[in-house]
Amino acid sequence: MSINLNESSVGTRENRLGSITGYSGRLSDLVERSHCGTLGNHERCFSQSSTCNSSCGLSQLAGIRDVAVINHAPSGCTAVAPGIATLDRQMATKRGVTTDTVFIGTDMDEQDTVFGATGPLKDIVREIYRRYHPRAIFIGASCVTGIIGEDIDSVVDDLRDEIPVPLAAIHCEGFRSRIWASGFDVADQAVMTSLVKPPKQRSNKVNFKNFFESARDEIIDIFSNFDVEPTFLYVNSTVDELEHLSEAQATISICGTLGTYLGNALEEHYGVPYIRTINPLGVTGFETWLREIGKVIGKSDKVEAYIAQERAKYLPQIEKLKGELEGIRVVLGMGPGYTFEVTRVLEELGMEVVWAAAWHFDPNYDNGAVPPSMDHLLKNGSDFKLSITDQQNYEILNILDHYQPDIYLSRHPGTTVWAIKQGVPALCVTDEYMIFGYRGVLRFGNSVLDTIRNRSFEKNLAARSELPYTDWWYQQDADALMKEEL
Amino acid sequence: MAKILDQPCYSCPMAAMRTVQSIDKALPILHSGPGCAEKLSGAVGSSGHFSPHIFPCTAISETDIVFGGAERLRETIGNALKVIDADLYVVLTSCASEIIGDDVGEVVGSFKDASKPIVFASTPGFKGNNYTGHEEVVDAIIDQYLLPAYNARDEREAIKGLVNVWASVPLHDAFWAGNYRALEGLVRELGLTPNTIFGYNHGIEDIDKVPYAQFNLVVSPWVGLENAQRLERDFGTPYLHYPNLPIGAFETSKFLRAVGEFAGVDPARVEHIITVHEREYYHYIERFADVFLETRVMATRFVTIADAQYSLALTKFLVNDMGLTPSKQYIVDGTPEAHQNQIRASFANLNYGIEATVGFSSDGYQIHHEIEEADFAGYPLILGSYWDKTIANKTHAHFIEVSWPIQERLVINGTYVGYEGGLKLLEDIYSVALTRFN
Repeated sequence: MSINLNESSVGTRENRLGSITGYSGRLSDLVERSHCGTLGNHERCFSQSSTCNSSCGLSQLAGIRDVAVINHAPSGCTAVAPGIATLDRQMATKRGVTTDTVFIGTDMDEQDTVFGATGPLKDIVREIYRRYHPRAIFIGASCVTGIIGEDIDSVVDDLRDEIPVPLAAIHCEGFRSRIWASGFDVADQAVMTSLVKPPKQRSNKVNFKNFFESARDEIIDIFSNFDVEPTFLYVNSTVDELEHLSEAQATISICGTLGTYLGNALEEHYGVPYIRTINPLGVTGFETWLREIGKVIGKSDKVEAYIAQERAKYLPQIEKLKGELEGIRVVLGMGPGYTFEVTRVLEELGMEVVWAAAWHFDPNYDNGAVPPSMDHLLKNGSDFKLSITDQQNYEILNILDHYQPDIYLSRHPGTTVWAIKQGVPALCVTDEYMIFGYRGVLRFGNSVLDTIRNRSFEKNLAARSELPYTDWWYQQDADALMKEEL
Repeated sequence: MAKILDQPCYSCPMAAMRTVQSIDKALPILHSGPGCAEKLSGAVGSSGHFSPHIFPCTAISETDIVFGGAERLRETIGNALKVIDADLYVVLTSCASEIIGDDVGEVVGSFKDASKPIVFASTPGFKGNNYTGHEEVVDAIIDQYLLPAYNARDEREAIKGLVNVWASVPLHDAFWAGNYRALEGLVRELGLTPNTIFGYNHGIEDIDKVPYAQFNLVVSPWVGLENAQRLERDFGTPYLHYPNLPIGAFETSKFLRAVGEFAGVDPARVEHIITVHEREYYHYIERFADVFLETRVMATRFVTIADAQYSLALTKFLVNDMGLTPSKQYIVDGTPEAHQNQIRASFANLNYGIEATVGFSSDGYQIHHEIEEADFAGYPLILGSYWDKTIANKTHAHFIEVSWPIQERLVINGTYVGYEGGLKLLEDIYSVALTRFN
């Protein structure tokens, strides 16, 4: 077995999957070397700030209702608490439920870096249990605890008999990975090791891993056609729901990057099939995905009936839209779970992928296979230029300056704005369901057209913005500051 | 020692990257893990000229932890100078770089002949909070950039009427930009020339003027006081510490008198300025006094849960200007103990001998517990942060977010400072009150 649930920690993407954050080349080369296992990483001699695996992992866990996340860290790490609380509460309100999840810091000071603070940490855990009676408590590490060797696992062990709810240590030190998606895996490890129980029976549920469940109603509706009920993870999940993940008929993830660890762990340890197809973005993606789900849950007939009915409704509209999208030149920058799915949809709609950037790249997932989206692209004749860059803004702006696309697509806050300052229309595809299914294709296509047809906001701003980079930089190749491959 | 930080209202010293960011064309370089900037940047308003995704960062890795990250920092600074066009580069250290003991001073020193100035500040997360980090950054600029230039000059005369204004912590205080502009406006009205280094069109030229001011004006309960003391030591510049950010007519008039007196402005001129402003201010107050007096839904008692700056400023305004009664007030910015007594004294000095008790705490749970137990003689007014929305709901309070963290309102360049600012605050408070009827 490759997934070890006897430890609280899980290897980073870099160590576990050979994932990289530095590469520049072509799709064919990336895929070929992923298959051969010869893909190395390019370090950079200049980098810009990106994202921490701890905020990624701990915010995933804080999405669960009525739990406590305690980040054993100085106060800066808890600066994310207000944002997380706002999101969780707004998401709960939207669904008409409540959440009493709390995100607590331990405000470590200089003295703690010398003497350690496992004693005060235990008291804090006790007090948080007394205050809020959370259904589970997750104790997150930090750069400080990692470097001084604070033993959070033994804190958990010591308190286990005393505190009657699941406790887990989360090993998410900020320096351990340049790939924030490593945080998804530590969150999954905590859920698998501290919450999920062995199955007693099979349920009519499917585990549905996503980010912010904006298409919740639509998906419940789709799956009702196949007599199964999705359990959405982790925003608005309950501890009770998570305890029963092992009883589901399948695990599905809206994003391969997001789902690989949980999906494979549930399959490997409890036999819950993990749906590994291209993602449900665009027509081909949606249909391929639905058919595989139908096969796994034994409802192929119902899936085919559903597809036929929806095709009749939406394909004529999609065909019409294609005519308008034809030839639009696109640069995109997203997590790899989206970049290599969205590129497929762009090509399906007749747009041209001029350059694709992914914030990291997993040459294989936790089942040892290359992500399905990659082979699908190659098989269909794609071979665009691409780079792997952990949100390195200077590289993206260099690429946009060089290629002058019709539109830039990104999924992460704080990235699209730079494209428009440089005079390139940009669309933030931040909702993971923006391109989901037939309706999503229409929504997305129309948004692209709206964006390139009214350029007022972008033009107004670009005309008055001074860019932060030197002329020298714009004259370099985008990968000029990448080092030799290791 | 580690303690509960429940509903945090401060973050760590490295958040002073936002102090750097608020100086035109000054760029922070972070010697930290890859995600510190994003954690500390807040949700909105971070797409300015330099913003967190632009900040160079060494993205310290496991290898650097073991072998040291000094060379990685050297290469990052060297390339930052080539790639990003800034006027001033400020290297900030992190938890990781400080614990592993990288000699950042040595690395930064090796760039002393670079085309642009580079300074560094020690801002590990465990050494203070974002307020003290702000002071560290200002201190680094004084010590490493201003002082050597000052010492090398022969001509060191102060410029008559030039006043450096030090107030809100940029970007952490959502109203910082408006506050600085409003304070500048008040100083200018007195015939003085304000000099600030933060916000739109304020950059290195303004920093260069700092040593030549006639005096430093610190408008803040405690943040920035030590910077002013340092400026006095290094450049002989006297300072006026005015603890209260002035909101509304009563406090703003007091502020103008105090600054005018310190600067030697003719008192008749000051009184004239005040009279003109107060006439207009009370014209509006008179028109809407019915709302303030007769809105049946709002009690006469209020509570602030904010940083020292807003807790004091709002309390002064609501008591001395609007005639409300303070409940216990809460300061949640981790004010160092050395400053607490002085701040308590300011709260004890309100009109009609009214004294407000103050609690210094970082534990939102305890604060909310106390508020739940308190008697407000009706529905209270709660001025706090996002965290206080829950207790406001529980106590049926009127509530607005004024202090970090602000999550559910957008502030672009708004301010509550001055005469206009007081009216703006009343608009905000009563826009909430008018949604209800009792």
